[in-house]
Amino acid sequence: MDIFIKIIYAAISILVATLYGLILIGIVHKIYARVHRRIGPPVWQPILDIIQTHGRKVATSHGIMFFLGPVFRMAGGMGTYLFMPVIFGSVVFSNYSMAGDLLLVMYFIFFGQLGMALGAGEGGHPYSPLGIARGLSQMSTFELPFSLAVISIAIQYQTLNITTIVAAQQGGMLNWTLFTNPLAVIAAMISLLGMNMHSPFSLVLAPQEIPIGPPIEMNGSFLGILQTNRALFASAKLVLFMNLFFGGATNLPIMMLKTFSIYMFSVFIGAAFPRFRPEQSFRFFLRIPTLIGILSVIVIAYL
Amino acid sequence: MKEKIDRLRKMVNVLQVVEKHPDLYFITLEGNQLVMALGYLKNTLNFKHLAFMQAVDYLEDNKFMLTYMVYNYELKANLGVNVFIDREESSMFSIHRLWEHAWQYQRELYEMFGIDFPGSPRVDEPFIMESWEEMPPMRRDFDTLAYSQKTYFPRPGRETNDPKEQMKKAKYPNYPDSPKIRRDDE
Amino acid sequence: MKEKDIKIIEKEMKLANEGLPEMERDLFADDRPSRIEPLNKYLEQFLNWARARSLWILAYGTGCGAIELRPLMTARFDAFRYGIAGRPTPRQANVFIIGGYASLKTIKRIVRSYEQMQGPKYVIALGSCTINGGMYYDSYNTINRIDYYIPVDIYVTGCMPRPESLIAGFNGLKKKIQAGQCDGMNKYADNFDWYKANQKQIIKDWNMPDYNW
Repeated sequence: MDIFIKIIYAAISILVATLYGLILIGIVHKIYARVHRRIGPPVWQPILDIIQTHGRKVATSHGIMFFLGPVFRMAGGMGTYLFMPVIFGSVVFSNYSMAGDLLLVMYFIFFGQLGMALGAGEGGHPYSPLGIARGLSQMSTFELPFSLAVISIAIQYQTLNITTIVAAQQGGMLNWTLFTNPLAVIAAMISLLGMNMHSPFSLVLAPQEIPIGPPIEMNGSFLGILQTNRALFASAKLVLFMNLFFGGATNLPIMMLKTFSIYMFSVFIGAAFPRFRPEQSFRFFLRIPTLIGILSVIVIAYL
Repeated sequence: MKEKIDRLRKMVNVLQVVEKHPDLYFITLEGNQLVMALGYLKNTLNFKHLAFMQAVDYLEDNKFMLTYMVYNYELKANLGVNVFIDREESSMFSIHRLWEHAWQYQRELYEMFGIDFPGSPRVDEPFIMESWEEMPPMRRDFDTLAYSQKTYFPRPGRETNDPKEQMKKAKYPNYPDSPKIRRDDE
Repeated sequence: MKEKDIKIIEKEMKLANEGLPEMERDLFADDRPSRIEPLNKYLEQFLNWARARSLWILAYGTGCGAIELRPLMTARFDAFRYGIAGRPTPRQANVFIIGGYASLKTIKRIVRSYEQMQGPKYVIALGSCTINGGMYYDSYNTINRIDYYIPVDIYVTGCMPRPESLIAGFNGLKKKIQAGQCDGMNKYADNFDWYKANQKQIIKDWNMPDYNW
């Protein structure tokens, strides 16, 4: 009986996170539009897009792996989200945080992309493998500073359990990792720029200007699933960063406020800076952010 | 410019020289001396740049006129080299060895006028008109209107109006007739 | 046999794919396009409401009218505020803008792209050339009426229409979609043989599948 209540709670939690992520993407569209001095689409535009894509007829078939690609992607997003506490101390929003730890969450961040790569490769379009190659390479490079930051905070808190990490940061702003381990936070925030794929690192995912890479053959409901996942995944990443570095949240408004501010960090940088080419962004991640990450590990381990 | 053309005269038989402008001359040559003349123009007289080449259909004389427009960067002057070729057996020497990009023009001329350039690379590939089966469409005896009406389902009810008359009728009834322009030769 | 039965048998016939070489025929589908039947009335109304507010243009400029699509997206006209966005691949787009004249070479690509789009899909024909040939009515290379080759939902007249007219055309399309009158895909499926015959009449080197999804 207990497990069913848990499932219902997790479903509610996923629904809230997805809607929140969709609205967040809509707000970002609006902010970008205002920076360009446009009016911009309504905030609920991503929701309309998803309804539209699900209302399309799907007539293509590229084999079973092609159908599984978006499902894997969605599983990656859900897995990232489900194994961490969204609101510290809340029953509904604690998800399955008792079952998994930070390494599992990091695995799920990569898992979706890999599944997507398998599925999109089946599409047979030559641009899909190209997009996969770019996306996975960029993913590997920004995972490096992020992993170093995670190692650093694992040394700092002597645990990989996210709930324990959040609990250790309670009791005042100065207990946040942001102030106790600033180098790790800097490295992780730079890798967040790559994770969110906003402007300096958005060439792997530029849906309106160039052939868009992996999802090029995806249509209708597949695209709808991918967009839903993008919203869920965005909020999952933000919640992860909030938990690890910004002291977690004890109620829903605080959670929204904190994740919104973290997201705005990458949005403002994205609105102000032009794009890197893929190889430039790989080099960028492998230089200074990686050095900062290594430095944070050394500082926390030996000082 | 005049001096260059005089030097060219020593090489080939220049049939006609027309000065349109101090830096735009047209000369007419014989067809079989064209490649020699263009090579001399390019290598010795410094007309390094082939701006374009084109054809004109003289249906009444049963001839095509090919024009090769070359440019001299030192004089900043254009020279148009005309040759007349027979319209029935239209064929000309290829100049893609002199200017490599000429193959593209020759391919277009082959498709649009049916002028053959033996030896030119890819000359018989379709340039813009895939699956064309009629005679080359830029020849003047090809009736494009009839072909279009036969092939492309014209929409009935099309009207054509003279813009000036139409505007006068619709909007500006008091607009005066334009004053007659006195031409120099009247 | 009744005429209705003949029609049904025609519908069930597979396509021959005669333009393709023998060894490649297996790689391409030989199914005919099928109608999309509307779902439950209220669900369909709801979907139409969303479809009208999320129009994704196929980023394929066919002719001079494509130059009008660029200012549409910039700060001055800002079509994104109506939910109009560009999509690079025909799989994801649902609006196809025929930008002006379509030459012989282009109509082949237009047909291919249109068939690859997943329905419900809409076509905006931009400019006079798509209606009656415009200033190219007597050209040897420009088709006169686009609606003989693919179904058109809305026309925008002018040579060239300015982006304002294009936005007016989009608004007209929205009204039609919301009223549930845009069934270009069903029209194409019903009159498939007629459209195919017209296409094959002018595309003489037909070297693609008869219908590419």
